[in-house]
Formats: sequence, C-alpha cells, structure tokens
Amino acid sequence: MTAKAKTKRKRGPGRPPKTVVSGVNDMPPTEDLVAMYKDMLLIRRFEEKAGQLYGMGQIGGFCHLYIGQEAVVVGLQSASKPGDTVVTSYRDHGHMLACGMDADGVMAELTGREGGYSRGKGGSMHMFSREKNFFGGHGIVGAQVPIGVGLAFSHKYKNEPNVCMTYLGDGAVNQGQVYESFNMAALWCLPVVFVIENNQYGMGTKVTRAAAGRALADRGMAYGIPGKQVDGMDVLAVRTAALEALAHCREGNGPYILEMKTYRYRGHSMSDPAKYRTREEVDAMRKQHDPIDQIRDLLKNQHVDDARLKEIDSAVKATMTKATEFAQTSPEPDPSELFTDILLPLTDSKLFAKV
Amino acid sequence: MAIEIKMPALSPTMEEGTLAKWLVADGDDVRSGDVIAEIETDKATMEVEAIEDGKIGQILVPAGTQHVKVNAVIAMLLEDGESATDMKLPTPDAPAEPAAVPAADNATASAEITPVAETVAKTGETRAAGTEWSGSSTSLTVRESLCEAMAEEMRRDENVFIMGEEVAEYQGAYKVTQGLLDEFGSKRVIDTPITEQGFAGLGVGAAFGELRPIVEFMTFNFAMQAIDQIINSAAKTLYMSGGQMGCPIVFRGPNGAASRVAAQHSQCFASWYAHCPGLKVVAPYSAADAKGLLKAAIRDPNPIIFLEHEVLYGQSFDVPDDDDWIVPIGKANVLRSGSDVTIVAFSIMVGRALDAADRLAEQGISAEVIDLRSIRPLDSATIVESVKKTSRLVTCEEGFPFAGIGAEIAMQVMELAFDWLDAPIARVTGKDVPMPYAANLEALALPQIDDIVAAARTACEGFKG
Repeated sequence: MTAKAKTKRKRGPGRPPKTVVSGVNDMPPTEDLVAMYKDMLLIRRFEEKAGQLYGMGQIGGFCHLYIGQEAVVVGLQSASKPGDTVVTSYRDHGHMLACGMDADGVMAELTGREGGYSRGKGGSMHMFSREKNFFGGHGIVGAQVPIGVGLAFSHKYKNEPNVCMTYLGDGAVNQGQVYESFNMAALWCLPVVFVIENNQYGMGTKVTRAAAGRALADRGMAYGIPGKQVDGMDVLAVRTAALEALAHCREGNGPYILEMKTYRYRGHSMSDPAKYRTREEVDAMRKQHDPIDQIRDLLKNQHVDDARLKEIDSAVKATMTKATEFAQTSPEPDPSELFTDILLPLTDSKLFAKV
Repeated sequence: MAIEIKMPALSPTMEEGTLAKWLVADGDDVRSGDVIAEIETDKATMEVEAIEDGKIGQILVPAGTQHVKVNAVIAMLLEDGESATDMKLPTPDAPAEPAAVPAADNATASAEITPVAETVAKTGETRAAGTEWSGSSTSLTVRESLCEAMAEEMRRDENVFIMGEEVAEYQGAYKVTQGLLDEFGSKRVIDTPITEQGFAGLGVGAAFGELRPIVEFMTFNFAMQAIDQIINSAAKTLYMSGGQMGCPIVFRGPNGAASRVAAQHSQCFASWYAHCPGLKVVAPYSAADAKGLLKAAIRDPNPIIFLEHEVLYGQSFDVPDDDDWIVPIGKANVLRSGSDVTIVAFSIMVGRALDAADRLAEQGISAEVIDLRSIRPLDSATIVESVKKTSRLVTCEEGFPFAGIGAEIAMQVMELAFDWLDAPIARVTGKDVPMPYAANLEALALPQIDDIVAAARTACEGFKG
C-alpha cells in the first residue's frame, strides 16, 4: 500500500465529520454565546414539552422533534443578518424559535388553537411568519428547496443584500427537485445556503443505505457549488461555517452547501419507536456530543458562573410554562375559520387601481 | 420528369404559411440539402431544403406570398437533361390538399368530423369577440393578445416577470412571448432549464418573496411534473398559514388536445386543477377574453391556472383598444341567446358550440351558448339563469368524462335548478381513452360539432311544444 492510498480516504455520507477547530478570532463575545445557549435550551425545553403534550393527546397528527440538532439552526441564525430568509421542511419548531418566533404562538399551533401562528389551520409542519422572515414549515420532503431558491431569486431581483437559508434533511437530498434547485441556483448565481441537516436517518433508513457516493456536502460539485461538512453538534463550528457560507453568498458568488453532521435523539416522529438503531448509539451521542452540554462547558470556560446559568434555565422554564398554558387555554378556532384563507379577496389587492 | 416542390407542413397544426424569401432563382442548380427558401409560420421562420438534385425550372409562388397552403406546389425542379419546356405545370387554381385534415370516411361517414386543426384554417377571418365593449377594437390573434397582456402588465408592475422553457431567446415555443426579451431584458424574461418541478417551486418561492411570477409551461402536460408544487405549495399555503402567505402567481400555457401528438401531449387538465381549493382556473376562448383574463390573473393576489389552447393561438378576434382591459375572473359570457337549450363550453369547445348552434338553428332549435371563461370560480348563476329559460342543458369539454367539468356542472344545476329541467343534462366530452395518434382515431376521440348537435337534439326531442 502506498503512502498516498493510506492517507487518502473517501468522504462518505455516513462518516463522522472532520473536526472543525474554531479559531480564536471566531470566538463570539460572551454575551452572544449566552444568547445562543439560551436559544438552544429553549428549543430543547420546547421540544420536550411538545413530546409531553403529544403523549397527553393535546397535540395531534405528525410531530417531529428537533432534540439533538439545536446547534445547527442556532449556529446558522447567529450568523444571519436582518432580512435574511429561512425555509425548512417539517422538523421546524426549532427553526421558528431560532428565527425569533414566539413560543406561545408555536405551541398553540401544535395544540391547534386560535392563538397559533396559523390560527390552528397549519399544525406542527406548516407555520410561517412574514414578520420574522420564516417561510415555512413545508410538509413534502424536498419541496421547500425550490421555494428557498425562489426566495433567493426574489432577494437578487430586488437587489436586497440578503441570503435565503434553505434547510433540508439527509432524506431530502435524494429528491430530484433538490438537483433542479442546485442547478438553477448555480446557473443564476442566487444567494442561497443549502443547509443539509444530516441527522443520519431519513425516517428509519440510515443515510448510508439511502445515499450513494461521496459526502452530502459534495452533492453540488457537478454544479460548481462549494460544500463543506461541519460538526453540527458544535454550535461554534456551525457558526464559523455559516459566516463563511453567508459571506460567499452575499458577495454574489452564488449558492453554498453546508452539510451539518448532526443527530436526532428522538424518533422520526412521535409515532416512531426508532428500532433501527441501538439505545447505545443514541446514548453515546448524548453523552459525548450533546450540543447543549458543549456550549455550557464553553460558557463555564468563559467564566459564566453557575448562578448566571441557573438564571437562564429559570427564564427558559418560565417561557415554557407560559407557552404551555397559552397553548392549552387559547380557544379552538371558530368554526367560521373553516372557510377563510382559501383565496385572498381582490379588495386586498391594490393592483386593480388604475395607475 | 420535372419534380414538384411543395409547401411543407412545419408543425402539427400548420395549414398555411408565408413564403418569405427565395434563396434560388429560375435556372439555378441545386443539390439535395441546399436551402432554397424561407417560410414563415405563425410560430417561426423555417428553412426549406431541396430534396433532390436538379435545376430550378420555375418558381411558381413569389416571395412574400401569404397564406400559401400546405402541399401547394411552390416551384418546379428539373432533373438532368430536362428543360423548362418539359414541365407540366399544375393548374393554378387547383386547391391544395390540406395535409393535416384526417380522412375520416369509414366508420363515421354519417358524422361530420372536425379535425383538431379545424380552426387554424379560419385564421384569416375575425370572429366576434362577444365581450362587453363599445369602444374601438383591433383584430388580434389569441397569441398576440396574450403577449400584449403580459407586456402591459410588465410595464405596469416591475415585480412581474416571466419564466419558462424557451420563453426568452427562442421567443416562446409557441411564440406567445415574442418580443418580451427585447423590451424587458433577461432579468425579467427568463429561460429556464427543462426542470418543471424546480422552476414551478422557484416561482412559488418568488411569489412568497412578494414578486409576481408568470410561469409558462411549454404545455400543461409537462406541468404534471410540477403538480405537487402547484397544489401543495401554491394553492394550500395561504390556508395553512392562517392567511399570511399569499401566493400571487400565474401558471400558464397550452392545455387540451393538440394535433397528432398522441396521449402524453394531448389532454385537458381543467378538472384536475378545478378540483382543488386555493386555485383559480381560467380557460379563455376569444382573444379579448385571453387578454382581459390574463391581465386579471397577473393582478390577482392568488395562484391562477391559466389554460390556453394551442389550436386557438392563431385565431383572430376583435380585442378592445384599452391597455387597462380587464375581464373579471369568475364571470361567464352568454355569447348567443337562445330559448330551447343551453350549451355550456370553455376554451376551444366554445367555437364548436357556436357552430353547433348555427346548425341547430337551421333545424329549428334555438340554442343559447355560454362561454364559461373561468372554470373556478364557476359562474353557476349565469348557467342557472339560462337553464331557467331553456330547461335543457348540454355541457361541452375536451377532457375525459369521468369526474369532469360537465359532471360538476350537472351536479350544481341539479342542486340549484332541478325543478326547471325538462330533460336529463347531456355531456359532450372527449372519449374515455388516452388520445390516439392515428388521424381517424384522434378525430373519433375528440368531441365534435355533430356530437353537440346530437346531444342538443336528444335533449330537445319529445319535449318541444
């Protein structure tokens, strides 16, 4: 065996990520780290509560929890700028919270109440906020990807200095429309970061049993789209990669792919017993790679004391108590809501006025 | 023996064209494959090649001649050793055989068959637009009126743009977007890769991003690749977002039966899209309606399915001279008043319904013809009002009968005007088969004028007087 063959190993979709060492200059100010910790903790507590309410029958249908993946969306959002847009698929609660959407409104949507972001008509997989530039929440695997490219198209069309962050999973990367989207995004040099959240399983199928070839980060190679594999359990690594990708897009260089190697602790949805992997595998990830443990350790190293951490924990807990109560007490939508929001009335459109 | 060079058919629906230019003159030697002339159709300018070696004996149709029928002899080619005096010229007035008209004379001898390309032959004449307008008007083809509608709306609102396959540099696969690239540039007139699901989804995202996309499908057959984005993303998101996420987008392109292209390229999708809440579905017949409805569609804050018809593109109609000409979506038009039977149709079937009404009049039956214009919202009020007058109803569509538009209209009329009906409602539809290729079978599969006449007569029979 030659020395070259020994060192040159192919990157595969199932291999662990290369460790990204954050440089000293990448270290955000401590207060930013605190904010990231708080966001990640909120997502964790929110999802735990959602799981609990699902078990109590207060949340129906499909409910996909984000526990374990918190560093991905929080790291990405910490690098974004006002006006940047976000679109994702149905594992979307964390994305909404990271975009600054209110926990009350998200939880009340899960319980199908009037106070929900979609007034109870969308549910877990379909929520939106124009105010926070969150464009869903889409239930069909892969369908959000061309939509994200369309949002990037509108940024470019309107000369906005913004980027669309389009999230997709390791299952979605095998959908044809993803490659249609890669092609058009590269062809027209659109400002979009494709964030592949590789949590290792597309429902119950291990990524290595579903995805051929090289790393998912390399799936844009044929289109000339740069791609990077990132340790998605390390929020600073995510943030560093996100800053680079977003800068690439903002400078007019076209799309960028980030493959986030991450892990979901829970099943695909609440009804998934997750028999396709061992308890040991999950426990090992939790113990050795938990993103929240990692950032807590980092904060301690930055001399954030236990009292401050406890304060944050209490604040998050209070937010969740309030959100849960709101979601349980907000009334169900009025029956008249059944027939609203199907079509917009023309009176809403100023376009019929003579110019 | 001298060889006849004939006017070639350059597309499935072409019946005539303009002999734009000769590149050879009498007496020139030509070799097989040499370009000898340029021909303009309503879609494109095409080159004509010599099919044999020889010498041009005589050019019979001068450059610049319009309306040259397919298969008309346009020049004579002399073979080796022949001279001009050997030529036997065709009789000048002999009508050229139309190539695209299927010879359906066996099983359907008694029924008169309307070939798909029937209406193209009428390009020269202008049909009444039949739309409410008292000002001046100009005769335009449906193709021109659609192009004008887009150009006017793009001038009016800089957020309107068009994307699709071949819409820009090629000037449109059916020339509907001709000239738009020159006026608006490549930022707003965008050639896409062949990637329907992708660019339909991109359009939806751009509409969420507050642009107003017009997405052209080369034909609606290809939109099946994109139907998930149209239904799940464009149509449903407003509802699923509690009213936040309007999607102002127009999906447009030719729909319905084309000519001799078989099952995958020849189908009406009206009932597919009309089935789903959250979409408006429009299918104009006349050029005036095509223009007014397309402008309304572009300004509408909702996703619109705009179904055009390839065979109608070249037909001319009077179109109002008004750059703010809007036809409201959801309003049908009574094109012909009658008292014995109501015939409801949309898109190309309106022309056949009007022809059927002419024939019925000769037979003493007074038919009222309604052009639906919009499939959804459906103007049931206008249909019901007419049925209350005539008590009989025939619905016409090119689509399949099962769960078609006719089935929906029949149900609504039963719900709203059951007591007024004097005869069962009749449906005239495409046959319940994939579209065949053979000319005679294709003609049999399509709803014909005589089918409408027969259905109307059946409805009236025994109930008159």
